[in-house]
Amino acid sequence: MAENVKARVRAPRSASAGEVATIKTLISHPMESGQRKDSQGNTIPRSIIHRFTCDFNGENVIDVKMEPAISTNPYFEFEAKIPEAGEFKFTWYDDDGSVYEESATVEVS
Amino acid sequence: MDFTRRETLALGAGAAALTLLPAGAYAATVDELVNEFTGGADVADGGVNLDAPEIAENGNTVPISVSADGATAIMVLAAGNPTPPVATFNFGPLAGSSSASTRIRLAGTQDVIAVAKMADGSFARTSKEVKVTIGGCGG
Repeated sequence: MAENVKARVRAPRSASAGEVATIKTLISHPMESGQRKDSQGNTIPRSIIHRFTCDFNGENVIDVKMEPAISTNPYFEFEAKIPEAGEFKFTWYDDDGSVYEESATVEVS
Repeated sequence: MDFTRRETLALGAGAAALTLLPAGAYAATVDELVNEFTGGADVADGGVNLDAPEIAENGNTVPISVSADGATAIMVLAAGNPTPPVATFNFGPLAGSSSASTRIRLAGTQDVIAVAKMADGSFARTSKEVKVTIGGCGG
């Protein structure tokens, strides 16, 4: 478990059925690339989030395979269809086995 | 443990690569990565939009966005990075469009490449040079 991992998501609170909404997500994480060296010149081992998924009511919106070249505090912006009221579920998978989850509820007006 | 289609493909491609190459000789170059992604299919130029800055002042966070109409997946590579793969975006049934934005690390001035897999199984690629003033990836 990397320290101080905090996920933030921005999704609409309400939408009309079938609307396409822009979703923005950010999670605070150092994304240690495996390329950096410490003061002794030893390589600091890689420790990144390697996968991010977003589902709405259990159906997949996007599934991202992430590599060390993704910046610190990974940010993703993408578009999702909202067919009915429900819940977005965002999941991040860490190299160290941790799983970070965040959700956002959407009402349909 | 159920494999997604992509993982199964990757496993197959990996196994194929291993049978062709002696152990230890495997260097993941851009061409090899593209071949792994496309399964050796022809790749058309164009059809993918890749937005990246001409000049990135800070290689640690370079904003990029990719989009391709009707793509099921888009892979992004950084040709000049120590490890070229950047990310693969797989669009699910509820994706509003085949587009995504993120921020990436670039070790220096180089080409960023986007390869899109279309729903009909064809592939398209585009590349864009980004000039980097301060390299990312850590010192």
